[in-house]
Amino acid sequence: MPANTSEYLMIMPFIFLGSTILFSIIIEISIKKSEEILPWLSIISFFIVALYSLLNINNHAMLFNGMMQVGGKSAIFNFIFNLGAMLITISSIDYIKKYGTYYGEYYILIQSSVLGMMIMAGSNDLIMIFLGLELMSICFYILAGINRKKLTANEASMKYFLLGAFATGFIVYGIALIYGAAGSTNISILISNFSNLLTNIIFVTGFILFLIGFSFKIAAVPFHMWVPDVYQGSATTVTGLMSTTGKTAAFSVLIIALTAIFTLNSPNNFRNYFAVISTLSMLLGSIVAISQNNLKRMLAYSSIAHAGYMTIGLAAGNIDSIAGIIFYLAAYTFINIGAFSIISIVEGENDSHIDIDSFSGLNSKSPVLAALMSLFMFALAGIPPLAGFFGKYYVFVGAIESGLTWLAIVGVLSSVISVYFYLRVVVFMYFKEPVQNFQVEISPYALTSVIISSALVLIFGIMPDILMNIITSVIKL
Amino acid sequence: MEHMQENLILTSLLIIPIIGSVLVLFFHEEQKKIIRWFGFIISIIAFIISLIAYNQYNPAEPQFQLIHKVLWIKSLNISYHVGIDGISLILILLTTFLTPLTLLSTWKAIDKNVKMFTFSMLLLEAGMLGVFMSLDIFLFYIFWEAMLIPMYFIIGIWGGERRIYASIKFFLYTMFGSLLMLIAIIWLAVYASSQTGMFTTNLIDLYKVGPTITREIQNWMFLAFFLSFAIKVPIFPLHTWLPDAHVEAPTAGSVILAGVLLKMGTYGLVRFCLPLFPQAAVHYASFISILAVIGIIYGALVSMVQPDMKKLVAYSSVSHLGFVVLGIFAMTVESTQGAIIQMVNHGLSTGALFLLVGVLYERTHHREIEYYGGIAKIVPVYSTLLMIVSLSSIGLPGLNGFVGEFLILLGSFKSQVLNSWWYTIFAATGVIFAAVYLLWMYQRVVFGEVKNVNLFQELTDMNARELLVLLPIILMIVWIGIYPSTFLKLTEVSVQTILQNVSINTFDFLK
Repeated sequence: MPANTSEYLMIMPFIFLGSTILFSIIIEISIKKSEEILPWLSIISFFIVALYSLLNINNHAMLFNGMMQVGGKSAIFNFIFNLGAMLITISSIDYIKKYGTYYGEYYILIQSSVLGMMIMAGSNDLIMIFLGLELMSICFYILAGINRKKLTANEASMKYFLLGAFATGFIVYGIALIYGAAGSTNISILISNFSNLLTNIIFVTGFILFLIGFSFKIAAVPFHMWVPDVYQGSATTVTGLMSTTGKTAAFSVLIIALTAIFTLNSPNNFRNYFAVISTLSMLLGSIVAISQNNLKRMLAYSSIAHAGYMTIGLAAGNIDSIAGIIFYLAAYTFINIGAFSIISIVEGENDSHIDIDSFSGLNSKSPVLAALMSLFMFALAGIPPLAGFFGKYYVFVGAIESGLTWLAIVGVLSSVISVYFYLRVVVFMYFKEPVQNFQVEISPYALTSVIISSALVLIFGIMPDILMNIITSVIKL
Repeated sequence: MEHMQENLILTSLLIIPIIGSVLVLFFHEEQKKIIRWFGFIISIIAFIISLIAYNQYNPAEPQFQLIHKVLWIKSLNISYHVGIDGISLILILLTTFLTPLTLLSTWKAIDKNVKMFTFSMLLLEAGMLGVFMSLDIFLFYIFWEAMLIPMYFIIGIWGGERRIYASIKFFLYTMFGSLLMLIAIIWLAVYASSQTGMFTTNLIDLYKVGPTITREIQNWMFLAFFLSFAIKVPIFPLHTWLPDAHVEAPTAGSVILAGVLLKMGTYGLVRFCLPLFPQAAVHYASFISILAVIGIIYGALVSMVQPDMKKLVAYSSVSHLGFVVLGIFAMTVESTQGAIIQMVNHGLSTGALFLLVGVLYERTHHREIEYYGGIAKIVPVYSTLLMIVSLSSIGLPGLNGFVGEFLILLGSFKSQVLNSWWYTIFAATGVIFAAVYLLWMYQRVVFGEVKNVNLFQELTDMNARELLVLLPIILMIVWIGIYPSTFLKLTEVSVQTILQNVSINTFDFLK
């Protein structure tokens, strides 16, 4: 247990969010109008935790005998998770009502998944990583199928659960082998002995299994098979949450696990592994996305490609590239949440209006939505001066510093490919006449969330230093 | 530490169109007239500021001037760093000169979504100005890419039938080249940090670092930059996006595309390729000059057989820009000076040709040469203007085209780098071909009997607004033709500085 008051203060975010979850459950079962209260409760608590994490970013400490760490990198991740979840919750208010899929647990599950992510990003022990991962993943499995009357949602949920459990198996087995070889699950101990342990074949096998499990969670090729169906079948807001904060959480674990490589100059023995999955993800994601007509599916493949760009940073494995990944994750989170929120606004009942044809002539229906959607598409394509560009730029700088120029070149080539399908959305919105005659009802809540996201995308694009200074100041912790 | 330099003239020049574009968004879509006037006035203000900059610029100084530098991204040591030398200045003047005229020319042609059009045009102007004044290679890249978006919308929304194809092709081609350049930029900055201990994208620092890169790597870096610029120029085998973009773009888009956007490619060659990688530039000079000469002849031959006037002018751009590239890579003061004046000439003449084709198209909605014939009797003023502009594009002595082409041919003839007469001899045939395709077009369109009786009803002569657009351009055409030293003087010292830098670094293998 924490020894004194200051340590209790440090784990406040966890305690606070945990109590919010319990409180929400009580409200859900005791108050009839819980659907009016729960979203706001979630939004407020996400906001408080995000703010608290940001303010305490320099209070770095180990807690619970080195099981958890707070402050530093984990605080940045907490900020991203909570802000992302807040934006998604804001977009959900009308979306969930519109499609009659309101179940009180929706918000409680989002809260719990965020708690899981926070544990992952703050863990300093393999067991804690596993606990956080399971908390997050199980919430996601349920959230994916939250619309239980819909066949595609059930399929998504089932597929996600089966393949997710399979990947978890890899992780657990990996942890077991690591423990067997090193005699400890504490990450600080593993890191300090990393170079020696790399000569131990059992440790290396375990570590690779661990990496494979998380490659699955970040949706990198060849562990990406679940992504398109799950992203397409789940409720749009849920997809928005999974594809952004979920990916960020998985990357936060990979960054923790690879700390030894990027700080202590331990040899980067896993460079080839990451270089290969990165190349495959970028190319496959970008190429397959070209032929997608369903926007959610297109963004699913784009998400695979983006996992590839971020993995370039892991392959490079130096301080700059890791800072680049964190920046990229933040940028990607807000861009994608904005894009998915817009899709959730345009979306009609039973998965209608999520194909690219429904977006044709959007400019004449709603110039604001069309302009913001273009902004997100250009940001995903990496056109300066938007946040997405700087994410890629930082990662490429890291790659070239590590002598991985060829990987950066693959990265830019696949960016060129990806420009085509992002532009295609813009083409439909601006250059074509509407083909489907339906009105877009803009939910003021979802629009707010879109506007906040777009503001962040612009701010991080024009003044990337605001975020980058914070990241570089804590990256070594 | 170098002290912060502050001269706000360039920044205000850059920010005026940006502010204008934002303000345009607050008008109502119906207030077309006000929006048009507003856009025009903003671009006129930008022109006036650029004249003030011209006034402050001292052409005798070899350094960059009117510098404004503010640290922008500390983590990557990137500054907002703008400044100009004579080459930048002359292209900035070209941009601010053409933009208001282009906006004025669209008052009738663009009737759909005027607000967004004005927004895009002003943003495009800011992007182009930013490209010409950036002294930080990263800042340059940002403007270079960002300006794709407004151009993409201009082609895609107000373009012709195949506009979607043309706009995507334009975007992808440029993006492909520029992303490879991005990798080269990062590589250069990382290399600079290993040499000087500072990760930097400051162009003035990189000028010192660039020539120290080993030959083999320098060749790769040069090619990455070159590819990006070559696509933009466009140099011969990479030109296929240009006819599509020109033909599908609205008149205003074509004018800006030909007038300024293509110059960004040739400007990049002078500003980056030559001084950053001098050894590689000399190494590849003859190869690139061969491509340039092929472009000159190929563009001219293809122009000759075009049935569509706009396409004819588009292909003539390939030919004319071949001269510019030849002039740059001949690397003599005359040829480079000629290349820069030729950039301006091409902007004026080809811009004017597109405007004139647009005038016909607005009235008849036909661009095929066959549709016309004998229009001299119907629209005498128009025919006269078309004659002057065509002759300027051909390179008649006394008009601007002659000055540029003559200097380029002269310079390349005695170039030590190329060291062969053949380039000049073949390039000179391009001048003859230009006379063939333009005069032949002129003859078929303007002279003879009026075969198409519709023309009598459809065609009316130039109105006051159209004259107001074209007369300033024609004035410039004559001015450069008669007294080019106004402009040559501006760039002379800058060109000498760049070429000296090249020759110092390539001293050993130029014999």
